[in-house]
Amino acid sequence: MFKGKPVEIRTAPHLKRPQGVDEIMRNVVYALLPIAGFSVWQFGISSLALIVTTTLVAMLTERLFSHLSGRGNTLKDWSVVITGILLALTLPPGFPLWMAAVAAFVAVALGKALFGGLGYNVMNPALVGRAFVQAAFPVAITTWTPAFAPGRFTEFVPSTLTLPFMKPNPVGEWIVGLNIDGFTGATPLAMQKFQHIFVSTTDLFLGGVVGSSGEAPALLILLGGLYLAARRMLDWRIPVGVFAGAAAVVLPLWLYDSFTYPSPLFVWFSGGLMLGAWFMASDMIASPVTPLGAFVYGALIGVLTVVIRLFGGLSEGVMYAILLANAASPLIASITQPRVYGQARRQGGRA
Amino acid sequence: MMRLLNLFRRHKTFSHGGIHPLEYKERTAGLAIRRLPFAPRIVVPLAQHKGAPAVPLVTVGQQVVRGEPIAGADGHVSVPMHAPATGRIAAIDLWPTAEGPKAPAIVIEVSQAANQAVLYDEPVDVLALSPEEIVQAVKDAGLVGLGGAAFPSHVKLAAPPDKPIRTLLINGCECEPYLTCDHRVMLEKTDALLHGIRIVMHATGADRALIGVEDNKMDAVRAIADKLPDDGPISVHAVEAKYPQGAEKMLIESLLGEQIPEGGLPLDLGVAVYNVGTLAQMGELLPLGRGLIERVVTVSGPAVVHPGNYLVPIGTPVGFLLQQVGADAAANEVILGGPMMGMTVASLDVPVTKGVSGIVVYAAGDADQQPRTVYPCIKCSRCVEVCPMHLNPSMLGQLAQKREYGRMEHEHHLSQCFECGCCAYVCPSNIPLTQYFRIAKAINRETPTVAV
Repeated sequence: MFKGKPVEIRTAPHLKRPQGVDEIMRNVVYALLPIAGFSVWQFGISSLALIVTTTLVAMLTERLFSHLSGRGNTLKDWSVVITGILLALTLPPGFPLWMAAVAAFVAVALGKALFGGLGYNVMNPALVGRAFVQAAFPVAITTWTPAFAPGRFTEFVPSTLTLPFMKPNPVGEWIVGLNIDGFTGATPLAMQKFQHIFVSTTDLFLGGVVGSSGEAPALLILLGGLYLAARRMLDWRIPVGVFAGAAAVVLPLWLYDSFTYPSPLFVWFSGGLMLGAWFMASDMIASPVTPLGAFVYGALIGVLTVVIRLFGGLSEGVMYAILLANAASPLIASITQPRVYGQARRQGGRA
Repeated sequence: MMRLLNLFRRHKTFSHGGIHPLEYKERTAGLAIRRLPFAPRIVVPLAQHKGAPAVPLVTVGQQVVRGEPIAGADGHVSVPMHAPATGRIAAIDLWPTAEGPKAPAIVIEVSQAANQAVLYDEPVDVLALSPEEIVQAVKDAGLVGLGGAAFPSHVKLAAPPDKPIRTLLINGCECEPYLTCDHRVMLEKTDALLHGIRIVMHATGADRALIGVEDNKMDAVRAIADKLPDDGPISVHAVEAKYPQGAEKMLIESLLGEQIPEGGLPLDLGVAVYNVGTLAQMGELLPLGRGLIERVVTVSGPAVVHPGNYLVPIGTPVGFLLQQVGADAAANEVILGGPMMGMTVASLDVPVTKGVSGIVVYAAGDADQQPRTVYPCIKCSRCVEVCPMHLNPSMLGQLAQKREYGRMEHEHHLSQCFECGCCAYVCPSNIPLTQYFRIAKAINRETPTVAV
């Protein structure tokens, strides 16, 4: 007989695909680890310290705000770890750690917790943090140090260990002391923009050029992104849209004047476009939920990036392009609602 | 783009969405239909179909014979009930139902000495009858949609003159996990099924009939095809095994390439859809002039020791059935129907009704029984990708949380949702989207300004 046990009442569906938010976020972290690892190999312990700092500060900030708002421990969803690692990868390898800590705090506090935490942030938190320090510390964030410096695993870049609230320690003499031929401290994008010198696309693809901690190895980013796309933890339409949008603007220009304008491949593999397209633009929360909207949103980022790079005052524009598209994302979603079953095509989306 | 991909697919399917949950059909698909013993007490609810409840024709204390009509139809959209077993009417009283509230039912004390032979025969050559006579015969047999909808079958037969039925679709998809009763019916009662199809074609004047079967049941496709001439009006088609292929709107799109206009009926396309189980019963019962008194039910699930497909008298209490299959010890959740759209029962006194195609029983330790953390929506767009109606469940869910039920209907076509559960199944945030939508629809029905 039924042993007096009650039966449970639930609502359909009674089956559930096991993959949860925490699993998705954890896999994004896995996909980021090779990129972070390459960064450490390339820039040494300075890069390691940077990644550890931003991740820890981001986690502590998340814990603080989840405690204050009484939502329990939200570290379990892993999303803040992504923010921490991504933020570090967008910063120069010799970025002062105290400034990185400020960036991480701002990223999580202002970019995420203020809006209500996971699921409610309007923009990518890591980029909010970076935008803040870009405005606050314009010199430090454009001070680049050479990759594969000798002794990078034993000594920090001088600016890394700047005391809190102090101006960054100068790195000029230290770089001269390294005696690296031809190091000018200019990124490939800056060289292209200001001197019309093009770094070869192969170098960009395989890594080892000057730039932020995580923007060098395009190949690794691609592999990580493809892994996530294959596991359907990332909407492939977004990076495809970004690359298509960027190429759409730059290809006619390049065909018209290939001396002044970069090739689409250069645009794709240089700067932060790879990392941005695969790991930041694809932030599910700040991107449109509709399939067509994802294309539009991606293309908007691609177009904006190229426009800022070629016609704006900055040599790099991925961050602002993504932040702008994040802001436009609810609008894009509302005008690209799917066409409901049983409706004639003419009706289209309803805003 | 998707159209291009469809070219490489082996079998037809609907255009957007759908999911592939684990099927769990292997435990019962190979088991032939078996008969179970009669329960000591059988309960026949008067409302086990859509429409008006039946009206009792018997009084308490009266003896009834198996197959005897015990309740009559009340109007056009209603069907009669027949005694599922020989015995004595013990009560006509309120009884628990799967939906929750108690409803009137006829309780039969089954006579242990009776041989349970059906003595109510009226053999007839169905194909010699006029369409009107067939509609009446189907109604007298108490037939309803056995796939789960339980809509009176004769109502669909009598199409209005301005919208004639040209095409008949026979639904053998059985896309719900665990369920295999339609599969077994197609294999074991192929002749009855084809006879049922011919009866309906004769009654409606439809000039072709398409049988749609998911391609995980190719043996059933072959069994049916073997009995059909190549150029006849009846044809059988494999469709992709993808949930919810068996939904009426999906199957129409898969087989005919057309979508029912929003708010419309299959009849608007000149189509009527019948479940294979319904037509197999029709082909079996009508020539004999008998009523619907039993049906095939798949009993399966992790907590069932002896899963299988059982021929169960209508009105058998679920608790008795579970004892017979050894599911009483571990049962934690008992679902009538399939796990995607079925309903949990609150009481094991609930009887098996005409619309119950399966009983799935879970034990407390099963993975799907564990509570899951609900996260906020992360806009991953999986629900948008799987919704077969092309809705935006993510948006609908956010509106539901803000209780903006009117906007859900007016701006996002809430009433097009048929609660297949795909969105809630894939949601990584474990948001109970389908339940939100059920609540929103229930509230909208009672809000005059929103009523559709």
